[in-house]
Amino acid sequence: MARLTIPEQELMTSGHLGCPGCGATLVMRYALKVLGPKMVLTVPACCWAVMSGAFPRTCVGVPFLDCAFEATGASIAGLRAGLDARGMKDVTVVGFAGDGGTADIGLQALSGALERGVDAIYIMYDNEAYMNTGIQRSGATPWGAWTSTTPVGKTGRMKREEKKDIMGIVLAHNIPYAATASIAFPEDFTKKLEKARSIHGPRFFHVLAPCPPGWKYPPEHTVRLGRMAVDSRVFPLYEVVDGRYRITRKPGRPTPVAEYLRLQGRFSHLDEAQVATIQTRVDERWARLETFETMTAEVVR
Amino acid sequence: MTTTLLTGNHAQSLAVKLARAQVVAAYPITPQTTIVERLAEMVAEGELACEFLEVESEHSALQACISAAAVGARTYTATSSQGLLLMHELLHWASGLRVPIVMGVVNRAVAPPWTIYTDHTDTVSQRDTGWIQYYAESNQEVLDTVLQAYRVAEDPHVRLPAMVGEDAFYLSHTFEPVDVPGQDLVDAFLPALDLPYALDPANPARLGSFMPPDSYMEHRKNVAEGMAAAAAVIDEVEQDFRERFGRDHGGALPLFECDDADAILLTSGTAVSTARAVVRQMRAEGRRVGLAKLRVFRPWPVDALRELAARVPRIAVLDRSFTFGFGGALFQEVRNALYSPTGGPLVRGFVGGLGGRDLTPAVIRSIFDDVLRDGGPEVTWTGLKEGA
Repeated sequence: MARLTIPEQELMTSGHLGCPGCGATLVMRYALKVLGPKMVLTVPACCWAVMSGAFPRTCVGVPFLDCAFEATGASIAGLRAGLDARGMKDVTVVGFAGDGGTADIGLQALSGALERGVDAIYIMYDNEAYMNTGIQRSGATPWGAWTSTTPVGKTGRMKREEKKDIMGIVLAHNIPYAATASIAFPEDFTKKLEKARSIHGPRFFHVLAPCPPGWKYPPEHTVRLGRMAVDSRVFPLYEVVDGRYRITRKPGRPTPVAEYLRLQGRFSHLDEAQVATIQTRVDERWARLETFETMTAEVVR
Repeated sequence: MTTTLLTGNHAQSLAVKLARAQVVAAYPITPQTTIVERLAEMVAEGELACEFLEVESEHSALQACISAAAVGARTYTATSSQGLLLMHELLHWASGLRVPIVMGVVNRAVAPPWTIYTDHTDTVSQRDTGWIQYYAESNQEVLDTVLQAYRVAEDPHVRLPAMVGEDAFYLSHTFEPVDVPGQDLVDAFLPALDLPYALDPANPARLGSFMPPDSYMEHRKNVAEGMAAAAAVIDEVEQDFRERFGRDHGGALPLFECDDADAILLTSGTAVSTARAVVRQMRAEGRRVGLAKLRVFRPWPVDALRELAARVPRIAVLDRSFTFGFGGALFQEVRNALYSPTGGPLVRGFVGGLGGRDLTPAVIRSIFDDVLRDGGPEVTWTGLKEGA
């Protein structure tokens, strides 16, 4: 029998207010399993500010501070300082924000926290648009996607820019630990969380969280899409420890990107040539990632 | 108690040290910068044991203070003008979360056009954000008021953030003798912060939760009650301060020569010192004028103001700010408090001293002359250049 590697503790109860099949709920559940209960969580405006429940109810069993949309990086800094000042140095500080709150409006505060070496874990759950407000384009929305602010219409308009490389931005701060993760690979995610917990300094997670209403697919496909994103190399799983890249899952025979896109209504307008363009870019990014892995293998800090 | 020559900014820094602030968030802006520079020096010299965060914006400075206070730490930050405006959203967060942050604000006019000189538009325009607002007249008052502000903000009946304003350059960069109390006296006056709802993993709870229509209004009402309660707490704290330190600053609305006055001037900040000298001169000339110093703008001292209004027939309100309403903000609020269909004192508004324009004795005197005459305009911009 396989060894159980995912912690058994549950600090998220049933009764969340997320949509059926919400990927972001799994991000929280796994994060709390590893990082709780001795932690303080801070969450800006995002799906999780609402899904956790309305006053006086909550499905999150750890201290939870709501913060301003653009200020999660500053909030983790303040929590860390406040806890340290009160002698509670063993309490883990966790910022938990969406892609808009991290890569767009929250980028300045995040950059400040990373640059100052704030001892905290920052988890960006990425559903690739402003989902809480109803599927508006964010910097993390991939090229070609329909959103409510990049409608396709008769002109064939859609998101015309590439997805922002938040990992690249974060890693430019030379932090001790950054990793991607997926709700479809909880063993990989929780193992990375365990590792991050033992490291001092800023630690960053970029977790892909498929979103049924936003990506336009039936809720039962959330985990399947999470898996396909990884196995098609659209969303590679890797970690960067002190500058060394390590790809944590290398799909031997990658799933064609077309299969991943085909399941999602947000890409239904794409023609074959556009799909081929995405495939080419995915392959290029993968090759670059493998190069990073090779190049940094000998890095010693 | 030792007497030291201090700028207003260094009086503020010293008060923060005496208050044993545990988390300080610092971001530079003229003319505030020397407050946090001095605090940084104190930390570097080992004189102040605090977590000192050199954040990347005023916005993050205030969020950091909010989050540190949410886990029960005593916090401080300082800013001016544009920095305060950048904090606007966070000002609401701080009061809504009931975190007793104290913030120094060196009052500076707002851009554009760029300026670094005194006026109160920065803080006055934040009057609706649920912060207690003090305005200091001297560097002694700066130091004392920071200590008082912590006591008031942390009071169980209040639990709201407080800002302590000092006029740019007139106080911030001007040396005055300041009596600095001993640490033991301050410790007795200001015990460690005890915030019963501070977040703690031993007792998981949430601060800032989404609220449906069935509870949001009650929450706002609670905040309003905290602000209303601050009025009495400010007076209690002032009295306790007087007993322990042997001086006080007269509460929210200290009065000077108002008892038999034909007209009084109500204003705030360093203009009060000039106005007091003018009142003395005019009294010596046999003219019955007086002065009300608005030391606390939030909570609005409505009761003290109504008591005063029952005794004086004419009130000139001098706003050292302008916020695009009908007259200045202080003028509007005085009228609002005193309006009665059956009369009341004449209230006239004067706007002056903006962007560092001197409020000279001649300007103050002209305001008294003006309000003592019948039939002037309701709102007058005073001290303008000829032909403007």
